[in-house]
Amino acid sequence: MSVVHRFAGALALLSVGVVLCTGAARAAPSGAPIRIGGTLALTGPLASTGIVHQLVADIFVSEINKKDGLLGRPVEYVVKDDQSKPDLARTLYEQLITVDKVDLLMGPYATGAILSAMGVAQRYNKVLVHHTFGIPSLAKYDMQFPTWSLGPDPATTFPNTLFDALAATPKPPKTIAIVTSKFPSVHFMSLGAREVAKKRGLNEVLFLEWEFGNRDFGPIAARVKDAKPDFVWVGAIGLEGNQLLDAMKKIDYSPPLHFHMYPAPGPMVQAPEAKGALAATIFEEHKPFLDNPGAAEFVKLFNERAAKAGLSYTGVETQAAASYTAWQVLTAAVTATKSLDDKVIADWLRKNKVDTIQGKLRFDGPSNYGDDLMRVKQVQNGRWVTVWPKSAAAPGATLQTQ
Amino acid sequence: MQLPSATLLAQSALSGVFAGALYGLLGLGLSLSWGLLRQINLAHFAFAFLSAYLCYQLSAVGGLDPLLTLAVIVPLFFAIGVATQWLFARFSISTFNSLLVTFGLTVIIESLIQSIWTADFRRLESVYGNARFKVGALYVPAPELLTLCAALALSLAIWGVLRYTDLGKALRASAEDGAIAQAFGVDRDGLALLLSGVCAALAGIAGVCLALSQTLAPAQIYSWIGVVFAAVMMGGLGRPLGPLIAGIVIGVSEALTMAITAPSWAPLVSFTLLIVVLLARPARI
Repeated sequence: MSVVHRFAGALALLSVGVVLCTGAARAAPSGAPIRIGGTLALTGPLASTGIVHQLVADIFVSEINKKDGLLGRPVEYVVKDDQSKPDLARTLYEQLITVDKVDLLMGPYATGAILSAMGVAQRYNKVLVHHTFGIPSLAKYDMQFPTWSLGPDPATTFPNTLFDALAATPKPPKTIAIVTSKFPSVHFMSLGAREVAKKRGLNEVLFLEWEFGNRDFGPIAARVKDAKPDFVWVGAIGLEGNQLLDAMKKIDYSPPLHFHMYPAPGPMVQAPEAKGALAATIFEEHKPFLDNPGAAEFVKLFNERAAKAGLSYTGVETQAAASYTAWQVLTAAVTATKSLDDKVIADWLRKNKVDTIQGKLRFDGPSNYGDDLMRVKQVQNGRWVTVWPKSAAAPGATLQTQ
Repeated sequence: MQLPSATLLAQSALSGVFAGALYGLLGLGLSLSWGLLRQINLAHFAFAFLSAYLCYQLSAVGGLDPLLTLAVIVPLFFAIGVATQWLFARFSISTFNSLLVTFGLTVIIESLIQSIWTADFRRLESVYGNARFKVGALYVPAPELLTLCAALALSLAIWGVLRYTDLGKALRASAEDGAIAQAFGVDRDGLALLLSGVCAALAGIAGVCLALSQTLAPAQIYSWIGVVFAAVMMGGLGRPLGPLIAGIVIGVSEALTMAITAPSWAPLVSFTLLIVVLLARPARI
């Protein structure tokens, strides 16, 4: 056998070895699946956001199963539709634990449903990792873990972040109008902003509240126009911010600076009248966020899958990021403890930080909340970009004023 | 407390008129089917939203002018209305049962909408969306003005038909006492099919107006039910001008409440007005 033949044979053997080794490292998960149960608002008034969370869960579960699963076992997500009703969420979580006998829980979407699920989780001593709970002071259960990193007192910390951003502009606002929905998780932030604005010396020229579900924003827009504020804080959730801006456009008014608490990201970024709108964020599709572990890969997958699912806005922002983080946190705790025991998982989470696409999260503060990582973003050139603080801002982006 | 300016009040009242026109237009078909067919058709709202989504699809994807979509939507919804009435007659559905059956139909249509267009928000951007006129110090948006014109024209036209034509007299006679009307040669079943078709077509027109001025989501079907029912009941069942007048009264009252006091008090207005009207004139139902 010539040297060349021997070398070729060795190379072939080596190749087979490499393939086998790679295969072993990426062995398909086996055994009974680990069942993670939760509900989502797949129908009803919150469904437009609920589908984002479902998409994220589908992506995460299919990706983890493509690798070696969780503890070497495949993951199965058992999701039920709570129809955007917290009372139904409570029943379904009860069902997931007692009938479906899921191994672990994943939180539902939105504060009301999470609060319901928290009660059930507490009754059965289950860990509840959740992604979109808006009022930290109501989270009393010691085995609940929030992955929307808004800190224990967001009604104080976030308005300060926002007003810091505004104070750094060439012409900081001196007067403020606060108009807000009475939707609980938004309303308490608006009341907090009101206090912070007062302490910081901003002159409040208008304060209005409306009931969630309000249809006619014309009179509210007219009152804001009449008040001539330098800055408008819109305590809005979902479409309300768009409805108010639309009503303002109809009376030929555009507020100099306007912030929206929890806008529907797609409609807001796509509306021409929303140019320059500010909002809170924990993640956007640009650096430095994309440098966080798994972020770039997730963004790519989400963009593709959201387009395929027919979503009008295919970008990753707060909702999708908080959702993905929840899965990262839960699976990180299971992997680290090699356990499905809820108490073991909870103990580990309280003592350790977890690397996520938002950054490092900790759960050792009041109500298991860590740092307030909410930043300020703005609609610029038809896309959301983070503008404050500078450390989180998109490359070259600054807060633009009209 | 600072008094609101005259412009603010006038602009708010105008906004209330436009909101009321939409309540009236949505309530028109509902009032006719309740008053003349004795059917409480909850699916009327689902028809309106299905029409809004069709308008969105034909305009945003198909490139049609939103108003031209009426050429497709009106006959289509007329046919849907006729088919619905045929089924109601075939299974002898009573007034109370019509509420249950049409609620079921609403849920089915909502699911259909969600399966086709997803639960995501849909907004129709059209040439009408940004058009507005200035009259003195007041701004008049085009989509809302179109809605007001449509509501006025349709309410007056139907009022005229019911009051001055033989068809209208036959419809009113059927509603008053179907058996006697039939004995006098009125084709009660045929008229019911026609009226049901017209009511569904009215829902279709209201849907196009919704698509022009609102961002759509499937679950929003339910958010209009309360206030439109209030307008229908205040306006009187089977009275074509009633929902529009009551709708505008509610819309303006809500808008002025928002302009003068706290906007959060506005929802109290429509239902307080309804209770007052029912106490003062209980015979309207």
